[in-house]
Amino acid sequence: MTIKKVTNWTNRSKFASKNLWAGILFGLGFVAFLDETLFHQLLHWHKFYDKSTIAVGLVSDGLFHAFSWFATVGGLYLVADLRRRDALWHKMFWGGKLLGGGAFQLYDGTIQHKVMRIHQIRYNVDIVPYDLVWNISAVLMILAGVWLLRSARQDERMAGSGELHVA
Amino acid sequence: MLHDFPFPFTDVLFGIPAVLAIVLYLAGVFKNNRHASRRQWPWIRTMFWFFGVLLSASAVIGPIAEASHGNFTVHMMGHLFLGMLGPLLLALAAPMTLLLRVLSVHHARQLCRLLKSRLSKFYTHPVTATFLNIGGLWLLYTTDLYMTMHHQLWLHVLVHIHVFVAGYLFTISLLYIDPVFHRFSYIYRTLVFIVALAGHGILSKYIYAYPPEGVPLDQARTGAMLMYYGGDAVDLVIIILLFKKWFQATRPRTRAVSVTA
Repeated sequence: MTIKKVTNWTNRSKFASKNLWAGILFGLGFVAFLDETLFHQLLHWHKFYDKSTIAVGLVSDGLFHAFSWFATVGGLYLVADLRRRDALWHKMFWGGKLLGGGAFQLYDGTIQHKVMRIHQIRYNVDIVPYDLVWNISAVLMILAGVWLLRSARQDERMAGSGELHVA
Repeated sequence: MLHDFPFPFTDVLFGIPAVLAIVLYLAGVFKNNRHASRRQWPWIRTMFWFFGVLLSASAVIGPIAEASHGNFTVHMMGHLFLGMLGPLLLALAAPMTLLLRVLSVHHARQLCRLLKSRLSKFYTHPVTATFLNIGGLWLLYTTDLYMTMHHQLWLHVLVHIHVFVAGYLFTISLLYIDPVFHRFSYIYRTLVFIVALAGHGILSKYIYAYPPEGVPLDQARTGAMLMYYGGDAVDLVIIILLFKKWFQATRPRTRAVSVTA
């Protein structure tokens, strides 16, 4: 295994929050995109419209759906921006990605599915196991994201004290 | 009941401006390219213009227009062409830039004065354009307007002109291809655009659940889904182009510091 030396710590630290936001936006957009492609289009589990949707659910769904396009494209342009500034920090980006994706999935699985009833994960089945898998995986994504973000910050501190050159 | 007015009249009414638009644009390109000193007009823009006019016109002339009177799904496809894809292609063709290039200095100045006017500022404001575009659609599909439109020729003509003009204003209020005299920041345009796209998506689902009067349920549903996903597809292109300009505008002036250990 070749060990690549990280030489851009100054740039990474300077653009730390941009790395984080690039991840959060892209993560949110990507999960929304997967939701649309996988569960609406390919599996046909989700309904386009569920009669029990409450009015605010339609608005929430519309806003998040619109925002997710901007988030996906914007997140990727931020990555391109970080690259041209030699400041891309993968661990920070991935941490943000898991955090953003997990947070959206949890919001979708609890507030949008259960409170606003925009649609269920699947119809004509016992929904409880589906809801559990959906929401627990969301929480796991958030926890993994937070862990990666902390680890990234630790790398940064260690690099500052000259102890670490890999990441 | 939906077929009680003459088609030839609308064919002529919309056909003449469509043909004129293509002829005048080509004349402009020819005039521009005659001067060897001037930069040649990019052929891709001429293509954008040609297909923009063709797609927009296809919603009001010919087979799609005819079929759309009895079929809501086809109607929605026509509207995607007339209000979204057509205007986007026309905006990408940069007609105002071409016009300013080929006009005499005197007339170009007059045109600039018009573009700088408060009236032009009002209509190209992102919020006004969104209101005209998305608000107009809400009015059309959630009131009796859609039903009435099919019985009143003048209303039918007016609604289609509105959809087209509002779609074009909306596109140029977000994407600055031609010279812009009243600029808004990228973040401002992005926020307005998010609200507009959300309004479009919510209306699609609303139509799916509560079809306009006289529209069969199955047609309303496929039409609504076409509106939802078709709108997404066209808007995705606008988002990419908008963010690309933003990305280019914020390029670092000097290279970032690279610390070598």
